[in-house]
Amino acid sequence: MFEALDQIFVTLKHQAVEFFPDAWRAFVSALVSISFIPLVFATLFAFVTVIERKGIGRIQNRYGPNRVGIPLTKIRLCGFGQFIPDGIKSLTKEDVVPRAADQVVHFLAPVVLLIPVLLAYAVLPIGRNMTAADFDAGVLFFFAVGGAVELSVFMAGWSSHNKYSLLGAMRAIAQMISYEVPLILSAVTVIMIVGSLKLADIVAAQNLYTFGIAHWFVFTPWGLAGFILFFIASLAESNRSPFDLPEAESEIIAGYFTEYSGFKFALFFLGEYLGMFAISGLGITLFLGGWTAPFSFLAWVPSYLWFFAKLMALVFIFIWVRGTLPRLRMDQLMNFAWKFMLPLSLVNIVTAGLWHFLGAGLLRWAVCSVLIFGAYVILGRGLMSNQKLGKRIYRYAE
Amino acid sequence: MLGEQIIKGMAVTARNFFGSYVSKNRLTTVQYPEERLTPKENTRQFPFLVYDGDDPEKGLRCVACQICEKECPPQCIYIVKSKDKKPDYKGQAQLYPATFDIDISVCMSCQICAEVCPFDAIKMNTEFELSADDRFGGLLLRKEQLARSNEYYRKIHPGEAAAVDEHLAGEKSKAEAKAKAAAEAKAKTIPNTQPT
Repeated sequence: MFEALDQIFVTLKHQAVEFFPDAWRAFVSALVSISFIPLVFATLFAFVTVIERKGIGRIQNRYGPNRVGIPLTKIRLCGFGQFIPDGIKSLTKEDVVPRAADQVVHFLAPVVLLIPVLLAYAVLPIGRNMTAADFDAGVLFFFAVGGAVELSVFMAGWSSHNKYSLLGAMRAIAQMISYEVPLILSAVTVIMIVGSLKLADIVAAQNLYTFGIAHWFVFTPWGLAGFILFFIASLAESNRSPFDLPEAESEIIAGYFTEYSGFKFALFFLGEYLGMFAISGLGITLFLGGWTAPFSFLAWVPSYLWFFAKLMALVFIFIWVRGTLPRLRMDQLMNFAWKFMLPLSLVNIVTAGLWHFLGAGLLRWAVCSVLIFGAYVILGRGLMSNQKLGKRIYRYAE
Repeated sequence: MLGEQIIKGMAVTARNFFGSYVSKNRLTTVQYPEERLTPKENTRQFPFLVYDGDDPEKGLRCVACQICEKECPPQCIYIVKSKDKKPDYKGQAQLYPATFDIDISVCMSCQICAEVCPFDAIKMNTEFELSADDRFGGLLLRKEQLARSNEYYRKIHPGEAAAVDEHLAGEKSKAEAKAKAAAEAKAKTIPNTQPT
């Protein structure tokens, strides 16, 4: 019974495909898989915007949106209908394009953002046998496609003909390229241990249990360090606070989408959230066991529920971090990426290698933990030693 | 060590997040249309006209002296004097405003009109839900809309209203005593002038 519930979407799709002639089946199957990705994740986006506003509100001891429920009724649903008026508003707003803007590029930028973000979902296993396109170089494909997001940011910043847009785009590209390095290097450890770039294999390697506890990579020293590095880098990759310099409202209005309004702005917003879900999904697959259950006695819960539960937990941490930390300065951002994250992820790769070659036993736990923790303390001290705290000295203003 | 303060900060925000669900005292905001805070006594929005007794037409304290109209910095008050006179609270015959309009879209809530009024006739209201669907007519308040009873004034500004009441009662008794003295003097002098 649980098996059938777990595979319900897979069997339903197979039965639906049966209705079509043989020549069409492959195409229809792909179409069904693809069409569900935007549907599910756009709905999730709609709810997460409300959850985020409510969560930030609660962190600041406010209620957050709690008025709009089902339209035309008095049912409020704790404000979870808020995304409907938000959506209507952004769809019906005037679409302003600056006269000096490069019209074609200005129009294409949000589209170019959304395409790679949606493509990245193709390789994510959101449940057992539930991957749109499970090919061998899944991780590589994900990072390759994710790299194309920078192009859209640059298109938006350059075509707007606005100093704030250009500054935002410059910051965004500098940040994204810098943080892509530790992002990929922290993911490399998993690939080294599993020996495969295929995401299904990575999940299968974590779908083992000792004493009822899952073999998730986050439960190993290198995996924990890798996950934290991956998480921080994914915060920066998705332009979330405290790495929201590209959009810093108090400094550069809205960064690279200053000149966007109406539906194009909504597309940027959607693209950003979908990117956040995609990168969280990859983090889950690499370190948190993908769709597997944490304990063997919970293995009967359908796999897709586990995936989405983990996704929501990560999104909640994203919101929590946003509600806590202030924005970094540009030099702090760069120092953190190149002086702390990059060396630590390199140490982490060495540790993962040691973990593999030391073989099973307590020795590898001790050696790897000491190595990671020592590197963390030394690098952290090095990062903080350059800090000059105290009164700010202005060289030219006085 | 690096990250220690971040963990501390995260703990603070988590405490606020869960605390706001547990204790209502943490939430500083009020669910406005259903829940309301009573306005503070010193609140002021737009002016209103005070009347004594039950009849806003008869008891209106305003004597159309037009001091407020002249003092009003944004010139939002418009007064037309009456042709006839009616007795005020002291029984003295006074003019009254035939028209008294305040354009609250122009009013800047400065309270100067209330300060200059020698008759304590114009005071500041605490009402703030004044939105209208007609931005010209709807925001131009007429005499009938501006007139509020003295009981209302006592309710919204208790301390201030008590002082005003005391002052007016004093004025009234002084006027009465003066009238009585005058009447007595008159009564005393009249027989003397009578030819004997």
